Amino acid sequence: MLTVKDLYRDFKGFMAVNGANLEVTKGEIVAVIGPNGAGKTTLFNLITGHLKPTAGIVQFKGEDITGLAPYKICRKGISRSFQIVNIFSKLTVFENVQLALFSKYSKTFRMFSKASKYFIDETNSILEKLGLLEKKDLNSELLSHGDQKVLEIAIALASSPDLLILDEPTAGMAPRETERCIELIKKLSKEYGLTILFCEHDMKIVFNIADRIMVMVRGTTIIQGRPEEVRCNELVQKAYLGDIC
Amino acid sequence: MVKKSIILITIFTVLIVLPLIVPRFYVYLTSIILLTGLLATSLNIAIGYCGIYQFHHAIFYGLGGYGTALVITKTNLPYYIAFIVGPIVAVLFSLIIGLICMRLTKLYFGMLQISLGSLIWAVVYRWYSFTGGDDGIHGIPVPDFIADAKGNYYFTLFVVSISIFILYRIINSPFGKTIQGIRDNPIRTVSLGININVHKLIVLLIAGFFGGVAGMLFVVVDNAVFPDMMFWTYSLEILIMVLLGGMYTFWGPFIGAIIIVTLRTYLGSITQYWPMILGLILIFVIFFLPQGIYALIENFVKGKAHNADS
Repeated sequence: MLTVKDLYRDFKGFMAVNGANLEVTKGEIVAVIGPNGAGKTTLFNLITGHLKPTAGIVQFKGEDITGLAPYKICRKGISRSFQIVNIFSKLTVFENVQLALFSKYSKTFRMFSKASKYFIDETNSILEKLGLLEKKDLNSELLSHGDQKVLEIAIALASSPDLLILDEPTAGMAPRETERCIELIKKLSKEYGLTILFCEHDMKIVFNIADRIMVMVRGTTIIQGRPEEVRCNELVQKAYLGDIC
Repeated sequence: MVKKSIILITIFTVLIVLPLIVPRFYVYLTSIILLTGLLATSLNIAIGYCGIYQFHHAIFYGLGGYGTALVITKTNLPYYIAFIVGPIVAVLFSLIIGLICMRLTKLYFGMLQISLGSLIWAVVYRWYSFTGGDDGIHGIPVPDFIADAKGNYYFTLFVVSISIFILYRIINSPFGKTIQGIRDNPIRTVSLGININVHKLIVLLIAGFFGGVAGMLFVVVDNAVFPDMMFWTYSLEILIMVLLGGMYTFWGPFIGAIIIVTLRTYLGSITQYWPMILGLILIFVIFFLPQGIYALIENFVKGKAHNADS
């Protein structure tokens, strides 16, 4: 579904992404791991169009999407969440998700009808799916950090993506929130057949839920494979994991 | 909800009977307040609801005024065309200025807008044969039915009411919510598949248009235009109205306009240090009312309701 071939990104002489390769097939959960500064977030920004690659190709559903504007890439079916909480803080929880639906159904230019009448059922059902329904009228900046992260996923889900990209979904979460988030990701994949690409620091989570893992070190892909292959790969151990095997 | 509509209806009724009971000067003053309220509200659409640093809003006010004035004085076209041309001139210039400034964001957007706006001001200020230079244009004739204080008051009230109603609808529409999303988090909005530049440009056109409508109304009420209308210090004054009333609220800027116009009218007649007073007001707002007066009123009313409940 998503293919990244020999992707490079140069920040004034520093190669943040230096030959990344990635393959995501439909229905999979793929994790990208790597030490701090390995270029994971940059890679996601390149895929979603927030940054333009210096060289390389990004293909989605067989189509070349390299360097397209982010809003165009979203319309092709890739939706993402961000590492740092990125919600609409002055809008309510309900409005946050509803806004994504305005975009999905191209209603963002409607100027003379009441916004509150649109997509009530669909918004509610998304919020229910993610367990945020009781908090829907709260101002979103009042949510706990964990809930805000979940709300981010809710916003990303609202555009009914084929591929969901999560940038460190559990960063900064309390252990219980983390567990809930993992369950959620598993559920999204199993019950709704979503293809998910995420990156994460917590190895337990990664080996727990990922079907395949891609390891990045200093911007370069070392290996992509099943968890057990990755776990026992010599290069990976040297660079990253230490002695687990 | 019911309460709000009762308040609105009361205010509206008062506004309708006002010219029948108060002297002419107050009718004139209320007209100026109404059109300035529209001006401040239109700025708030850009700066408060969409987060665009519209630092030179007065330019569209001035262009609306000059557009109308020039059609009336230089051509033989009917009046209603002059009233339409003013706002259209404002929209055209906000399109041009917008397209240039949109290459930058935030403060840089605002600074570029101030420079481009000042350029237009300089042309208007110097072009004696066409715009009347620093004298402006005075004694602009308007149709008989809106020529006296009462007539132009009702005309202003009518146009301002419709404009405010339209703006209110826009803010609460899907488009309105989308631009608030752009204000809160442009990067997130882009990742939802929303083309933020197109939305921002439309916001600029809306703000410019209603700024132009306010300028057109000024011609009707005051029968004059002059370059000070579009000098950058006046933009600052409108901005202070918005901040004083409350930037993220719909009615706040209107309240700000009431206060500033009233103060300017009375204090401006007894002292020439009005800009200094304006500066003191700004300092006061920044330190003590960062959310604006409207939020203060709202909290007060809510607090009262809360106390009554318990």
